[in-house]
Amino acid sequence: MAERLRVHVDPDKCQGHARCKALAPELFELDEYGNAHEVGDGTVPTGLEDKAWLAKSNCPEIAIEVTEE
Amino acid sequence: MSDVSQPAAHPPVTDWLHDFDHTDPHWTEDPFPIWDQMRAASPVVHTERFLGCYLPTTYEAVRQIANDTESFSSRRIIVRDERPEVAKNAAPPITSDPPDHKPAKQLLLPPFTPDAMKKLEPRVRAICNELIDEFIADGKVDAAARYTKHVPVRAIAHMLGIPESDGDLFIKWIHMILELSIKNEMMLKQAAEEMTNYFAGHVEARRKTPGDDLISYLLNARDKNGQPLEDSHIYGSLRLLLIAGIDTTWSAIGSSLWHLAKTPADRERLIAEPELMPIAVEELLRAYSPVTMAREVVKETTISGCPVKPGNMVLLSFPAANRDPRMFPDADKVVLDRRENRHAAFGLGIHRCVGSNLARMEMQVAIEEWLKRIPDFRLDPAGTVTWSQGTVRGPRQLPFLLGKAM
Ligand code: SF4
Repeated sequence: MAERLRVHVDPDKCQGHARCKALAPELFELDEYGNAHEVGDGTVPTGLEDKAWLAKSNCPEIAIEVTEE
Repeated sequence: MSDVSQPAAHPPVTDWLHDFDHTDPHWTEDPFPIWDQMRAASPVVHTERFLGCYLPTTYEAVRQIANDTESFSSRRIIVRDERPEVAKNAAPPITSDPPDHKPAKQLLLPPFTPDAMKKLEPRVRAICNELIDEFIADGKVDAAARYTKHVPVRAIAHMLGIPESDGDLFIKWIHMILELSIKNEMMLKQAAEEMTNYFAGHVEARRKTPGDDLISYLLNARDKNGQPLEDSHIYGSLRLLLIAGIDTTWSAIGSSLWHLAKTPADRERLIAEPELMPIAVEELLRAYSPVTMAREVVKETTISGCPVKPGNMVLLSFPAANRDPRMFPDADKVVLDRRENRHAAFGLGIHRCVGSNLARMEMQVAIEEWLKRIPDFRLDPAGTVTWSQGTVRGPRQLPFLLGKAM
């Protein structure tokens, strides 16, 4: 069975570049200042794994962690 | 006028590694090979010019400096021949250091979220089409003078609630502050005064009759003690929004169209695959990043093994970082669908550009509308492309022939 992925935004590192939201709107939300957090508990629905990795590799602040469970 | 308005000429550069000058015509024209040469030599290079200045050449060195707000201050953000006295509230939050930075920045963030920009998008689309209407029948155009410049001028004027028709004034101040003042500090003072006088009338009008524009927003804002912002803060932020909102995006749109004019394959691909646009815009931002901010060294430290000393400035070159092949394979090529692109065009760390969502939206819309109406265009061999000097890099003259080549 494929592993489940989970995304997490480190709020101390995030500077609101909004790249994650643009690339994976299903996985990230922005607050009123434009800073990001993961949707729900960050569990990545099947089929969106690629988007999770894409968001991680495009965040200029290296603020996104993707973990495999 | 006194002869103080005549900028001192700088001697030409013969040694880029130890005596660089970002105002040298070679650099202004084509900086990329210069950065490559510097990067191959050292992650940080130094010049005695500008009263002493470092330039980090790698992504890693730029990242380290951007994140070290203790050793590097933002109180001076432009590298100049002189160091004018630091004014309080010069242009918060871009000129603010912690702990003042965060409250000043948080104030400006809500009007610039991606959702807020979505609401502005139809207006920007209309602006682009109005502009194109004016020259499309001519068969040729200076796209910098008649298109790329006006998109951000009109958009930010719209947001601030000031007349879009005052654009020529804004452009003049920007030229004085970002280019002429590098070699003539009087230009800075004069432009700042003129801008404050200009805004004073609009601020007074908004105090009487508030609207839903950014001036009214700043007048309504409260600081962390629940007090209205000091006047100097309001004027400083207005100056910042006007200056930062125009030159940068004007340059980014211009460089993108310049690239597409001379690269038909990329142009055709963007037209055939419009869904590529958001990612392509990021790549164009990486390859032709317009903005180089500065920092002042205030504490002795080491960057990528290189010691840096207080009293010097730093040319924090996000554009050079974005061309670092250790971070971006084929860094010197434009790869429209580049998948991994952590580019630093909007800065890194706490000073991330407040207007980045606005800039992205304007770029995307301006390129989309242009390609829809003008799918074929190329550089006019009878004209000359010219580039701005200094803090922001972009084409200031962009002669195109429109339509298929005969
Ligand atoms: S891309 Fe990174 S810095 Fe930008 S909003 Fe997302 S997590 Fe934050």
